[in-house]
Amino acid sequence: MKKITGADIVLESLKKIGIDTVFGYPGGVVLPLYDRWPSHPEVRHILVRHEQGAGHAAEGYAKASGRLGCALATSGPGATNLVTAITDAMMDSIPVLFITGNVARNLLGRDGFQEADITGITMPITKHNYLVMRAEDIAPTFAEAAYIATTGRPGPVHIDIPKDVFIEEADFEWPEQISIRGYEPFPSVNEDEIKNAVQLIRRAERPIIFAGHGIIQADASKELMEFAEKSGTPVLNTLLGLGSIPQDHVLSYGMMGMHGSYWANHAASNADLIIGLGMRMDDRALGRFADLNPTANVIHVDIDPAEHNKNIITTTPIVGNVREVLKILITQFEPLSHIDWIHWIDELRRDHKDSFKVPEVDELTPQYIESRIAEKIGNEGVVVTGVGQHQMWAAQLMNISRPRQLITSGGLGTMGFEVPAALGAQVAEPNRTVWTICGDGGFQMTNQEIATMIDENLPVKMAIMNNGFLGMVRQWQELFYGNNYVSVNMSQPDFVKLGEAYGIKSLRVSHKSEVDDVIIEANNHPGPVLIDFQVETEGNVWPMVPAGAALSETVETSDQVKAL
Amino acid sequence: MKHTLAALVENHPGVLNRVASLFRRRGFNIESLAVGTTEQEGISRMTFVVEGDDNVGEQVEKQLYKLIDIIKVSDLSREESIVREIALIKVRSEKNNRRDILDLVEIFRAQAVDITEYSVVIQLVAHPETVDSLLENLAAYPIIEMVRTGRIAMLRGPQAISVPTTEPVEVARFHQASGRRPEGELPYVSE
Repeated sequence: MKKITGADIVLESLKKIGIDTVFGYPGGVVLPLYDRWPSHPEVRHILVRHEQGAGHAAEGYAKASGRLGCALATSGPGATNLVTAITDAMMDSIPVLFITGNVARNLLGRDGFQEADITGITMPITKHNYLVMRAEDIAPTFAEAAYIATTGRPGPVHIDIPKDVFIEEADFEWPEQISIRGYEPFPSVNEDEIKNAVQLIRRAERPIIFAGHGIIQADASKELMEFAEKSGTPVLNTLLGLGSIPQDHVLSYGMMGMHGSYWANHAASNADLIIGLGMRMDDRALGRFADLNPTANVIHVDIDPAEHNKNIITTTPIVGNVREVLKILITQFEPLSHIDWIHWIDELRRDHKDSFKVPEVDELTPQYIESRIAEKIGNEGVVVTGVGQHQMWAAQLMNISRPRQLITSGGLGTMGFEVPAALGAQVAEPNRTVWTICGDGGFQMTNQEIATMIDENLPVKMAIMNNGFLGMVRQWQELFYGNNYVSVNMSQPDFVKLGEAYGIKSLRVSHKSEVDDVIIEANNHPGPVLIDFQVETEGNVWPMVPAGAALSETVETSDQVKAL
Repeated sequence: MKHTLAALVENHPGVLNRVASLFRRRGFNIESLAVGTTEQEGISRMTFVVEGDDNVGEQVEKQLYKLIDIIKVSDLSREESIVREIALIKVRSEKNNRRDILDLVEIFRAQAVDITEYSVVIQLVAHPETVDSLLENLAAYPIIEMVRTGRIAMLRGPQAISVPTTEPVEVARFHQASGRRPEGELPYVSE
């Protein structure tokens, strides 16, 4: 067999894994890898403008498609710039392969130019990481890394490769089998726990389902609906679980949590059986753990056993792929119905729907714009959001009904995620319309990636909800810090001029009447579009569960907050 | 209560760092940690003592399992097990009190491994509580230096903490097997 360089082995390995796109940024120690790239045209390299953008783009790619994303950076600052994206992927369990170069082996640990102990840095923020010290280890490491990133609870895996390992030659031997001692990503479902769960389901009078990101990751949407219908159980979604069930499904009651609906949060608090499916019982979704619903039984299905009993006591923990578990559960009981319980929730929904809809005012509001965008692009489009008020309104009002329709940073809450993630989503889904809803704050963190969109011909539509404030921070300063606005009012560049400087179609909207036309115009334009929506400055997201409060303490107006 | 956990781990560089980092970021308190080789090449064994209720013990075990380099974790405090620790204790001693110290050594079935005109080094291999008890009895003498290894533990009887067998997975199929790629081919496959 002819020996090839480590650089060639890396690229051959990517092809074997099935990675068709790498978001990267070159630099000194990865030059040997880039030097070999032209011989491997099957792997598309997308040159971003900042390594954080490469990371978020790879996340957007993975979230939109379910495939393994890939980002590449050089040593030192290139590698440390990936850290936010790696952490974001870890928190939201997104399968991404992060590759970094490092200084040559004889310089490791000597504080050379652009050296960072990046494997030391990424250890707690990856599912697993590697430092590859021999060219012959590259192929087995990539096979193992891709396996770990995509199986079990998915997550980011990082591979660090010293410069001279890219140059060293070795045989390319792709392993046919992998076996990692003690790593069991396909656990068999415990029958006793299934029996216990079925008993609880049969006995329940007020059951409720919390459907999370795991439903989407496991492609279990169909099974979720079947299970909900057969057991007559209403379904609530976590933020990342949105899309696992259509909003117009008769048993879908929308998002729960800090900015979930009044009825969803009260249904969660009044249930006698909580069925958590592919979600991690997070504080933003559950409010104060101790007062979530202490008397309810809890069935918790998750592929990661460490999530059971972590935040709330689980009556019946089931470890497994949520789709496999649901397939079994569905066959174990006769159809059930809970008419009174569902009527109770419906009544709450009727009484409280005002706090969860587009405000009927003359001013241009983000709620109005986002609901119009949703209406115009439909469920086949992709919505990518940043973090903050506009994100919560997107979750509440954009009728997210298809798995992978909403791409958002949930666990880490990374401002600046939106523009590069939308770029990555557009690469993964070239035939879908991709809109990113941005805040004016988050947009300015990563807007340099517009240049990447132009290079790669990615027609992302960017809608900036420009209120001149860091909206969510301002809302908290208004409600919980006595209107004391500190470092929250920021001046903006002229976004239209900025977009034009990049050479993309750029529009400004300040009246409600213009919104629909501009959305249609953007949709019809073949390239990227930036729209500066000049929205009302001090709107608040309602309803709200104040930080540290229970879901049953959901408030719907400022006056209710002041009364607390 | 104290949990004594034993973990079989891959003998890879950085594995101790991974474990230590996990304990720190999850806020688990390690009271003692001992690492050493095992009868199998490439596998090390770590013994931890963690303070906390049963819930903490369960979380430590599960969080450890999330580390890829961890092969097997057992909570030995739930079973009948032998627990031992080695202590080396250097005591200041002169002719007039040497006999008393050596009496204690004998009572505790310890050993005097180094004796000079002014000092005795005592070695004790015992249950950690026995080590504590010897130290209490030595309180009357000036201790110059003391070191303990941290506890190690092993199940009584013929059973052992074994390496689970992991079925090899076909590399080409794992995407489909994980249930995340139900339809369509890989976007690109060489050949």
